[in-house]
Amino acid sequence: MGVQSPRSKVQSQPRSSAPPRKRALPDLDRVIHERMRLAIVSTLAANSPLSFNELKAVLGATDGNLSVHARRLEEAGYLACSKSFEGRVPKTEYRLTPEGRRAFEKYLGHLEALVRTARKP
Amino acid sequence: MEKPTLQAVPGEPRALGSQAIDNLRFIRETMERASSFTAVPGWGGVAMGASALLAAGLSLLARTPEEWLGIWLAEAFLAVAIGVWAITRKARRANIPLFAGPARRFLLTLSAPLAAGALATLALQRAGQMQFLPGLWLLFYGTAVVTGGAFAVRIVPVMGLGFMLLGTIALFAPQSWGTAFLAAGFGGLQIVFGVLIAKRYGG
Repeated sequence: MGVQSPRSKVQSQPRSSAPPRKRALPDLDRVIHERMRLAIVSTLAANSPLSFNELKAVLGATDGNLSVHARRLEEAGYLACSKSFEGRVPKTEYRLTPEGRRAFEKYLGHLEALVRTARKP
Repeated sequence: MEKPTLQAVPGEPRALGSQAIDNLRFIRETMERASSFTAVPGWGGVAMGASALLAAGLSLLARTPEEWLGIWLAEAFLAVAIGVWAITRKARRANIPLFAGPARRFLLTLSAPLAAGALATLALQRAGQMQFLPGLWLLFYGTAVVTGGAFAVRIVPVMGLGFMLLGTIALFAPQSWGTAFLAAGFGGLQIVFGVLIAKRYGG
């Protein structure tokens, strides 16, 4: 899975240097747009809650990469994380918050709008 | 916290569009993976394996081939019931709609090779060639798991291949080993992979 693929143009473009637009294009949610975070959100949208280890297995991610991006999503309020103990083993469970699901749906809507715009003659 | 309001690059709409399509495809694939992840039950597999070991023990006591076949047919129904129950339970726990998602696809793709296996069983029984049944059953079940698990986590098709391999060996092994092969496959392999799936992929 292309989780580690290079950041896309859309994201790396600084906001201020954007030239004036000819046609109204939707704003992409930067928090979700990053590949790893998009993978996390998509995964949890399909299957929630998942433990840290389950997420890691589905995404094929490393501990560090996953926790950095999960924290970023948590800070944005898109992810809720609950820590508990299963016997003596600490278990971290992630789920999408209602806010996160709305943001994901909005992001999908934006992508669809981009596709529609591109298809206009 | 930075505001999620980055503007899309107002460049070529066509390039943006294909990028958006790529992203949508990525999302769809990720979501499919995520839900197949929980479609295949691990502990359910262990229960199926245990029931197969029981059936193997019982079938050694059978006095006629018909009795032997009857025991294994009963086991097949029992295993299917356990499997469907386990898939339902796992899908419900993960909030996946059973009849719309990967769980449904897994059940549907699983059922075609299994139906073929049932027909082959009928034909071989009528032809009096029951010595081929253990090998064929393992082979058909393996095929079902490989195709059903094609989109699931990799361990599922690997398990299917294990069954196919065992079935192939059983087809060319001495007839008297048939029950032992069934025990090794539907009991042993099923339990080992069931535990692995349950440990790694949530139940």
